[in-house]
Amino acid sequence: MGLLKKFTSFSQKKSPWLLHFDCGSCNGCDIEVLASLTPVYDVERFGIIHVGNPKHADLMLVTGTVNYRNRKVLLNLYQQMPEPKIVVALGACGLSGGIFREAYNVVGGVDQVIPVTVYVPGCPPKPEAIIDGVVLALQKFNAR
Amino acid sequence: MIQKATLLLAAIIVTPLLGGLLSGLDRILTARLQSRIGPPLLQPFYDVIKLLKKEKMVVNVWQAFCVNCYVAAASISVGLFVIQSDLLLILFIQAVGATFLVVGALSSTSPYSQVGAHRELLQILSYEPLLMLAIIGIYMETGSFKIEAVLSWHQPLLIRLPFLFLVLGYALLVKLRKSPVDLSTSHHAHQELVKGLTTDYSGPYLALIEVAHWYEMMLFLGFCMLFWATSWIGMLIVGAAIFLIEIIVDNTTARLNWRWMLSYAWGMGLTLSLINLIWLYARR
Repeated sequence: MGLLKKFTSFSQKKSPWLLHFDCGSCNGCDIEVLASLTPVYDVERFGIIHVGNPKHADLMLVTGTVNYRNRKVLLNLYQQMPEPKIVVALGACGLSGGIFREAYNVVGGVDQVIPVTVYVPGCPPKPEAIIDGVVLALQKFNAR
Repeated sequence: MIQKATLLLAAIIVTPLLGGLLSGLDRILTARLQSRIGPPLLQPFYDVIKLLKKEKMVVNVWQAFCVNCYVAAASISVGLFVIQSDLLLILFIQAVGATFLVVGALSSTSPYSQVGAHRELLQILSYEPLLMLAIIGIYMETGSFKIEAVLSWHQPLLIRLPFLFLVLGYALLVKLRKSPVDLSTSHHAHQELVKGLTTDYSGPYLALIEVAHWYEMMLFLGFCMLFWATSWIGMLIVGAAIFLIEIIVDNTTARLNWRWMLSYAWGMGLTLSLINLIWLYARR
């Protein structure tokens, strides 16, 4: 039984399918996310697949500031993901609202709306930093 | 009888393991063709086990019912194949399963799922007549629909049915949803139509669909292998060759639209099959 459990938790770690949501980002972070999915970095080595469907995703990467309009979309996507799920916030805007923090329409960072496990700083973060963040998120996955 | 039952059970257990390994190999080869390293060989198993452990979320009860029917039909058809049953029976059971998958996708109101389901119906419409003609060709040559008869036939079927083998290769391409004809849901374009046919399936149900897909992949490779049934080595070589060709075609061709898919399948496929069947008829 212990072996089976070990294999399942290993499988969960080896097969993170991620959903990338652009929550009103300037596209800087998005370009870096897409760069980390190219053959140069080849994240499929780690079993990572970039799915466009929250119902298939284990991991959500969110870039950009949350405003009063798109907070509903963000929450909706999060609720459509089946458990277990984990959220990684990317870039200065995703962490805190960045330079748009004081704007009248901005709620703030992603963690104002949904629970965030890993924060990856940078404006934008490098692809290496994004992959590191995802790997860290997977370790947290298993710790839960 | 008992021997057949154990064989059937063994086939149902062993086939998905083989199918998973082949699908892992497929992913590695695909990655190498795209100058990437690719996932580990056991990646498909990691994916399926992870999906099985995820939360159960269904849009409605019908979806769960349809997935279960799909897996049941796929596994039964493989089991019947291994106990050397009737080719027609296997084809029909497999078709029932494929239809249940479409019905499940249609039961959701999501437009992506709906469009995917309609495209899958077109794919079924493309490959099903071709398979039927291939089986008729086998019947005309050996005089029986039974796999037993094919296995005990004195010469390889490929010699007499070369065009039908080509056509079966195209049908396999459509069935496995490989690149030129991956309209309903694609292994490469992960965000195409969100995920097409499988958009609204999630967690354990998606895992079951993947397992059923492995069953079908093995079944269709088995169909192709029947064309050199005089020796085990010949069967393995034919199976491996067609599998490799499918992967290479998958990685070197661009998407067809459904009109092209259907017109190739019916225009070229039916013509080639008919030529082969008429030739067989004339030689008798």
